[in-house]
Amino acid sequence: MKNLILIIVMMAVVTYLPRLIPMVMLKDLKLPLFLKTFLNMIPFAVLGALIFPGILFSTGCCGSALFGGLIAVILAYFNLNIILVVFGGISGVMFYKMLF
Amino acid sequence: MDAEKTEKRFSFICGLKAGIPVAIGYLPIAISFGLLSISNGIPDYLTVFMSFIVFAGASQFAAVNLFMVGASPLEIILTTFILNFRHFLMSSSISQRIEQGTSKKVMGLLAFGVTDESFAVASIRKEKEIKPQFFAGLILVSYSAWVLGTAMGAFMFAGIPDIIINSMGIALYAMFIGLIVPSLRKSKPVFTVCLLAAFINTLLYYLNFLSTGWNVIISTVIAAGFGTALYSKEDGK
Repeated sequence: MKNLILIIVMMAVVTYLPRLIPMVMLKDLKLPLFLKTFLNMIPFAVLGALIFPGILFSTGCCGSALFGGLIAVILAYFNLNIILVVFGGISGVMFYKMLF
Repeated sequence: MDAEKTEKRFSFICGLKAGIPVAIGYLPIAISFGLLSISNGIPDYLTVFMSFIVFAGASQFAAVNLFMVGASPLEIILTTFILNFRHFLMSSSISQRIEQGTSKKVMGLLAFGVTDESFAVASIRKEKEIKPQFFAGLILVSYSAWVLGTAMGAFMFAGIPDIIINSMGIALYAMFIGLIVPSLRKSKPVFTVCLLAAFINTLLYYLNFLSTGWNVIISTVIAAGFGTALYSKEDGK
């Protein structure tokens, strides 16, 4: 058990440090324009990578995930409140699962 | 002085509200994590402890699975590091958006809460400068849901019908979709970069020679780099 506690603490350390270093070191540096642009593009790239292909395996089956995802895209396309998008997605998945 | 305090409180409350969809997404996943961890032989209090100090979903799932198959401590810690390293990129990106003049101490505290979701929500905000109070509120709500959900899963261990847990699996993805689709509509560079990253990541996934941690980093760097090279002439944001 002591071993496990140590592992968990080390997990926390290796997780926190990569989050910490940029936050305390990069802020004051004068970054060149291309780097600033690059950092600005990161959210859009990361979101793309985080959604695909992960979403396909999020509900245990591809079809329900695609259907729920599609509902979410449609709701988001019409600029609906994000909570509606989330519940729409969940409902879409449940709906599909109950039918198929 | 009073106006400043009110503004800070307002930002904090905005952050709390912005964290609600994240919290909703986190709950089923945290509960699942709690359940999984217990079933893999990890004591309930250590399960909650892990969510409390690591606060990184994917790596926690990986770690408890590795633990069950008897992986060495080094393997578990290294896998955690690799899976979470993308937060370095996210931290770098968001560090530029946090309000000028925020103290290093505050930045250090906020750093703990840099996750895929808090990063996504904060980055998409229209304000040029993100108030630290906003980010703090966002992190507080999502973090609470994460720890509470874990505790629920670990200590309640069963009772929630599978179909509900599975259906809620899409919650975070639906949230990511909700965050990015409006931006995709508005800007071609954004759409291109996002699509490219999704494509590369999917390709890397099926090629299957690296862990998801590396895949996300590589796709992000390539797609963002491509976007920078192509669209540097226009104003970035």
